[in-house]
Amino acid sequence: MLRLEGLKKRYKTGDYALKGVDLEIPNGQVIALIGPSGAGKSTLIRCVNRLVEPTEGKVYLGEMELTTLSSSKLRKARRRMGMIFQEYALVERLTVMENVLSGRLGYVGFWQSFLRKFPKKDIQEAYRLLDRVGLMHMADKRADELSGGQRQRVGICRALIQDPDLLLVDEPTASLDPKTSRQIMRLINELCAERGLAAIINIHDVLLAQMYSQRVVGLKLGEIVYDGKPEGLKPAVLTDIYGEEDWEATIEEVDEDELEEAVE
Amino acid sequence: MSVAESDFPSSWKKPPFIKSPLLRWSIIIGSAIYLALAFGTMDVDWERAAEGLPRGKRFIAAFFPPNFSDNLGVMWDGIFESIWMAIISTVAGIALSVPIGLGAAKNLAPNWVYLACRSIIGGSRTFPEIILAIFAVKLFGFGPFAGFVALSIGTIGFYAKLLAEDIENINPSQAEAIKATGAGWWQWINYAIQPQVMPRMIGLSVYRLDINFRESAVVGIVGGGGIGATLNTAFERYEFDTAAAILLIIIGIVMVLEYTSGYLRKWVQ
Repeated sequence: MLRLEGLKKRYKTGDYALKGVDLEIPNGQVIALIGPSGAGKSTLIRCVNRLVEPTEGKVYLGEMELTTLSSSKLRKARRRMGMIFQEYALVERLTVMENVLSGRLGYVGFWQSFLRKFPKKDIQEAYRLLDRVGLMHMADKRADELSGGQRQRVGICRALIQDPDLLLVDEPTASLDPKTSRQIMRLINELCAERGLAAIINIHDVLLAQMYSQRVVGLKLGEIVYDGKPEGLKPAVLTDIYGEEDWEATIEEVDEDELEEAVE
Repeated sequence: MSVAESDFPSSWKKPPFIKSPLLRWSIIIGSAIYLALAFGTMDVDWERAAEGLPRGKRFIAAFFPPNFSDNLGVMWDGIFESIWMAIISTVAGIALSVPIGLGAAKNLAPNWVYLACRSIIGGSRTFPEIILAIFAVKLFGFGPFAGFVALSIGTIGFYAKLLAEDIENINPSQAEAIKATGAGWWQWINYAIQPQVMPRMIGLSVYRLDINFRESAVVGIVGGGGIGATLNTAFERYEFDTAAAILLIIIGIVMVLEYTSGYLRKWVQ
């Protein structure tokens, strides 16, 4: 589905944010990307859809190589990659509906989008998604009237209406409280399962990464230092990724049912 | 590692803004000396100032009572011409400012476009409206068209610069998110940039209309038509009561515009 080969990114300052990353993600797999701040997590997912231009290496989405695409072809390729952001990144002065429909911009012409005359099935899909995340009644509200959790749900709708094959998710819970964080992570997980989407989720919270992913990749100073099952995150591994710390409390076995109950 | 209680320093000073004491003190003392010299050389002739006072009194007395009736026709013509001049120069100026402002925003435009647009803005900001009006009158002859051209160019320097700065200050993650959907450049402008800058731009348009109306009185004095020309004629004919009436009307219209722009800005937020 997605394959990174020797991906490198050097910033103008001369520092390497990524030092040759190889990673392959099969269809429908949800992976959590963990690592300390500055490890290159954000850079990595932005190199996939070229919001940041990689310096070296290749990115394959299916059979298509992305790093050499012309700007119009890149536009088309970006439609297949939905992105969800840390601070939601909704356009605050637009309505919820406009924010969701903006996920269709890659499919419609300028005048259609300028006049807000989206195809009937796009509008229907937007309502269906809003209903799915429980925000049907908010469609005509301005995005800045919503709470953090609600905004992130709208952000998820915007990514999904693109009808993507892959989700790039950048710290979806960084500005949310623990309960909302779990709800959002569960929602992303469910939606990926429903639609058979692959996802890369950058996340700081090791516990959440373990709970809601099938595979964990640890990044440190632009290199992959762990790639395996969530259960494999032993204290030694976490020390390798983040540095010395008492990790026992972080990876204590969580009773899933109990947590689920607490969240409901 | 811990220090005994009494070993912590008990006084603290905010670090000075200019670190080097030599530079700091030479700037302070230098400015003090310059100001003392500047005021010292200003030659105020108190006698002449005192003579001016009664003359000013007579001058102001001649304004009263303002005469709205004798030259009513000419006054209205001047006012309508000024309003017309203010409106079309604002519209034309803003229409030209939008592309220039987009080009002058560093986060949108490639470097050569950026430099070109910034020089247009710089050029039009170099000259105050009255100088532009003098040029325009030389080029196009007396009349409101010259005023219109001068005010339109003045509007570009004002509006394009503020638009460009507002675009440079947008929230980049909103722009990034729209780009990530596969939106084209114009769609990106329409969905990510425009909503972020629109409220301020509407407020600034009304503000600029207000400025252009006031400036239309100034450009009229150098031959740019409008209420300024009427005002100038009234002064030249020593019809101070008519001039007073014109000034009152200008004040009234500016106040209406001021109130409207404040209200509009609040409403679009």
